Amino acid sequence: MVNLSVNLAGVELKNPIIPASGTFGYGREYAELYDLNVLGSFSWKGTTGEARLGNPQPRIAEMTGGMLNAVGLQNPGIDAVIEKEVPNIAKIFQGPVIANVGGFSIDEYAENCRKLEDVEQVKILEVNISCPNVHAGGKNFGCDPKSAAEVTKAVKAATSKPVFMKLTPNVTDIAEIAKACEDAGADGVCLINTLLGMRIDLKSRKPIIANRTGGVSGPAVFPIALRMVWDVYEAVNIPIIGCGGVSSAEDAAEMMLAGAAAVEVGAANLKDPFACKTMVEKLPAVCERMGVEKIAELTGAAHR
Amino acid sequence: MKKSLFTLEHARQLTADTYELVLSGDTSAITAPGQFVNIELPGKFLRRPISICNWTEDALMLLVKVVGEGTKELVRCVPGTELDVLSGLGNGFDMSLAGEHPVLAGGGIGIAPLYGLAQRMLERGQTPTVALGFRTGKDAFYLEEFAALGCRLLIATEDGSLGVKGFVTDCIKAVPECDYVLACGPLPMLKAVHALPQLRGGQFSFEARMGCGFGACMGCTVPTKDGYKRVCKDGPILYKEEIVW
Repeated sequence: MVNLSVNLAGVELKNPIIPASGTFGYGREYAELYDLNVLGSFSWKGTTGEARLGNPQPRIAEMTGGMLNAVGLQNPGIDAVIEKEVPNIAKIFQGPVIANVGGFSIDEYAENCRKLEDVEQVKILEVNISCPNVHAGGKNFGCDPKSAAEVTKAVKAATSKPVFMKLTPNVTDIAEIAKACEDAGADGVCLINTLLGMRIDLKSRKPIIANRTGGVSGPAVFPIALRMVWDVYEAVNIPIIGCGGVSSAEDAAEMMLAGAAAVEVGAANLKDPFACKTMVEKLPAVCERMGVEKIAELTGAAHR
Repeated sequence: MKKSLFTLEHARQLTADTYELVLSGDTSAITAPGQFVNIELPGKFLRRPISICNWTEDALMLLVKVVGEGTKELVRCVPGTELDVLSGLGNGFDMSLAGEHPVLAGGGIGIAPLYGLAQRMLERGQTPTVALGFRTGKDAFYLEEFAALGCRLLIATEDGSLGVKGFVTDCIKAVPECDYVLACGPLPMLKAVHALPQLRGGQFSFEARMGCGFGACMGCTVPTKDGYKRVCKDGPILYKEEIVW
């Protein structure tokens, strides 16, 4: 019997599989399909202070090995989520929930996290300083180590819950940003958010996505995410949630070997709504083949 | 919604770019005409959403127009091919709101869901008039099938090569007593039908580029008078009074 449990900054997950923010809503649609309690956790849709309508259509484009999206953080706002979604989450998932929190100012990040302080199911705050599809003063907080550290500090001061900073790959040195977050008190990091990309329609000669650019995700980005998790593991001592193109239990194990303590699964859910459930079911056999009794042993094993 | 394997039983070419596909499989998740399926295709990351033309307990009929790589791949499948299908997606038409004599208005490949809809309305004792628009007579398909259902059939083509010269709106104007429409077709057609003063109400089926097809990714949301709605989950059928053009 393989032990699948992992620990994220003191929060025990029964397995390392976590549906990634933005691909799982607030759990409602998937709860119609399977019992979400098989999951280690889930990261809810990026939630901002005010409700956001998101970007104009089209928001989606396809590519070989993946997709692009520019949804633009459409969400009902933190107060509506606490009022309407949290009670429903209590019914469909009894495990620890990761609350993905967005913001357009340092104060907004802190205020949103403060509002979640008394929401019991939320065990980890995942602070999104990396959405490529919104333009807050033209700059992501996640692109500059100093800004990333400032957000981390402000959020840490506003909450007693573990704080994981969600990082963008659209930087020269992601390890530097991760280190800045660690030094500012982050309990962990989650990487990667989507890579900035675009597609152009040959007929109209215009970008397919109305926002022009979108975030690239899917199996094609897996090696990039893996490399970045590797680099960050070398640079920090806080736990890493590995995210980016994970499509199978084998990918999840590989991500852990690179340094991830747990794994988020994004685009794969959109192609196969049962992707995470299937991964959880297949992980024990993958571990057995690898001769591993406790999956947590895989974390960073490729570095040793 | 259900995820299951369907087997392609046969494919029939209807026009230069339009095909009828019959698949066998478990259709139990399909609850209303106007719903759609989302089909996984080899080599494509995203599934392809296709409107349901008709269904029985164990068979699914689709009309597919080749518009890109995915649909090309789909119509190339040979009988016996197994396809991974999410079935029973979307809200579908609400026949109970349509009255005794609604018009079913379709343009091009948008006529697909109207076939299963017409059949079920007739079974319920409603008497729909079917108005179909095509660019030219050569693009027209499924006319015999609709006629065989026994409903009144009106045809319009843009060049007048078949039926009346004009648009599907001209067909609807020819039925002035009709005050309720169920429509599926290209956006300009939907907009023109929506603007007809004779209508007290109607249901309009929308298309969108979708990520998941089951309401999770927010990839296909559109503004309505009732707030933002997901075309895949809250639609694809939107109601006359809520639509924002």
